[in-house]
Amino acid sequence: MPDLFAYEFIRNAVLASLFASVACGIIGSYVVVKKIGFISGGIAHTAFGGIGLGYYLGINPLFGVIPFSLAAAIAIGLLSRKAKVAEDTAIGAFWAVGMAVGVILIGLTPGYAPNLFSYLFGNILTVSVADLWMIAVLDILIAALTWLFSKEFLALSFDEEYAEVSGVKTTRFYLLLLCLIALTVVILVRVAGIVLVIALLTIPAAIARVFSSTLRGMMGLATVLSAFFCLGGLWLSWQLDLASGATIIVLAGIAFLLVHAGRAFISFLKAR
Amino acid sequence: MKREVIRCEMLGVEIGGVSVLKGLSFSVAEGDFLAIVGPNGGGKTTLLRVLLGLQKPSEGVVQVFGAAPGRAVGRIGYVPQRLFFDREFPLSVRDVALMGRIALKTPFQHYGKADMQAADEALRIVGLSALSNRRIGALSGGELQRALIARALAGKPQLLLLDEPTASVDPEMKTTIYDLLDHLKSTMTIVLVTHDTGTVSRFVGRVLCLNCSMVLRENPSASPGGEAAQQVYPYPVDLLLHESRNPR
Repeated sequence: MPDLFAYEFIRNAVLASLFASVACGIIGSYVVVKKIGFISGGIAHTAFGGIGLGYYLGINPLFGVIPFSLAAAIAIGLLSRKAKVAEDTAIGAFWAVGMAVGVILIGLTPGYAPNLFSYLFGNILTVSVADLWMIAVLDILIAALTWLFSKEFLALSFDEEYAEVSGVKTTRFYLLLLCLIALTVVILVRVAGIVLVIALLTIPAAIARVFSSTLRGMMGLATVLSAFFCLGGLWLSWQLDLASGATIIVLAGIAFLLVHAGRAFISFLKAR
Repeated sequence: MKREVIRCEMLGVEIGGVSVLKGLSFSVAEGDFLAIVGPNGGGKTTLLRVLLGLQKPSEGVVQVFGAAPGRAVGRIGYVPQRLFFDREFPLSVRDVALMGRIALKTPFQHYGKADMQAADEALRIVGLSALSNRRIGALSGGELQRALIARALAGKPQLLLLDEPTASVDPEMKTTIYDLLDHLKSTMTIVLVTHDTGTVSRFVGRVLCLNCSMVLRENPSASPGGEAAQQVYPYPVDLLLHESRNPR
């Protein structure tokens, strides 16, 4: 399909898929091994408030999402760690309130809110060059911080209490991890949308975990899988004239089901 | 005189308004091997958590290596009772042992050659060298327990704190773990929380009873009494909530 690359929006979509997959592979692996998928979903949905803020202020909604999702990450993290609020309660509250704020702000914005649907469910074909730059910068930031603090994040994910008694400032690193999840959400909003982000944060890493013996290997494989789902979903959506974000997620979901059904089948055969 | 490693004076801990420990005073000198025994809910694990700096005491003084708990991180090795972790966590046994080095590193440092060697040495001590590349989730209960001891040893601690290291292993493995501790006690101070009151008296230097009177009444033969008592109590240990201050 070389002729497709003649279109700038296709080139941007392919690059966005590849860039987003890096963040997805790295951060998604932490989300899966630390089992913080629900928190990640909460941060993503709260970020809808940021989309509303972007519309209200008349700026690129992604710039509204950055402060909103970072604030949500820190607030949910602090509430559940320090204020003795049950974590799922804090997540649930932020999840709904963030979306409510978004709806109110969009309602206050005069006129019609264009592209709202693409922020909710993703439309990778609308990625602009400016978006690409932002995604690339966030990618580098995420990769650099996780590389710098790889042993702290590993200790935090595997055995938080041990990390704490070893002098690791676990609350600080936990909040940093949640912030990196928030930034990954920003990256993925273009690809999959607020509502569907959580699938890309969990499915590639969850499949990769089955085949990996190190966390680093898991991140690499998750990145490759994520790129495969994004590009494959993009191509399918183009061929079948379907919504790109949803097609990417459904493709990932089918792969996830197949891998786990295959595993169950193999262990069933072994047991016989 | 031997250096004091742990000192507690009139330590009291309240969790959620319930008094878990009260008026506890004891000290541990360098080279001691102390067992903390007592019934469930007696505050054994809480005491360990206080020593680790994970639980703040509500009254009294606690010092570890002459400082507040949590300030001597590089000198303490900790073996938790049971580790609830994802069995599919992509991590080798060696990587787990390597984590024991984290207290000795600054945040930006990565593990180096010396850390690898220390991790391998710790795995050799606990007899897991052959399994060092295996996934941590693939270990049996006893192997996992030894891997956690290796993690604690990799940091070359001066004080080793263990919370019921034999709770989830079979009797044969229990002996192996106690032999290992017996071997280690010449090189470091050890504080062990345990239910094995019978076995433990053969190995340890001192026993600290938390709320022991219950144990003594229910099962006198398994208590650290009888002929073992002489070795067990070379000098007095303060007992908590006791009618009789000395189980002899």
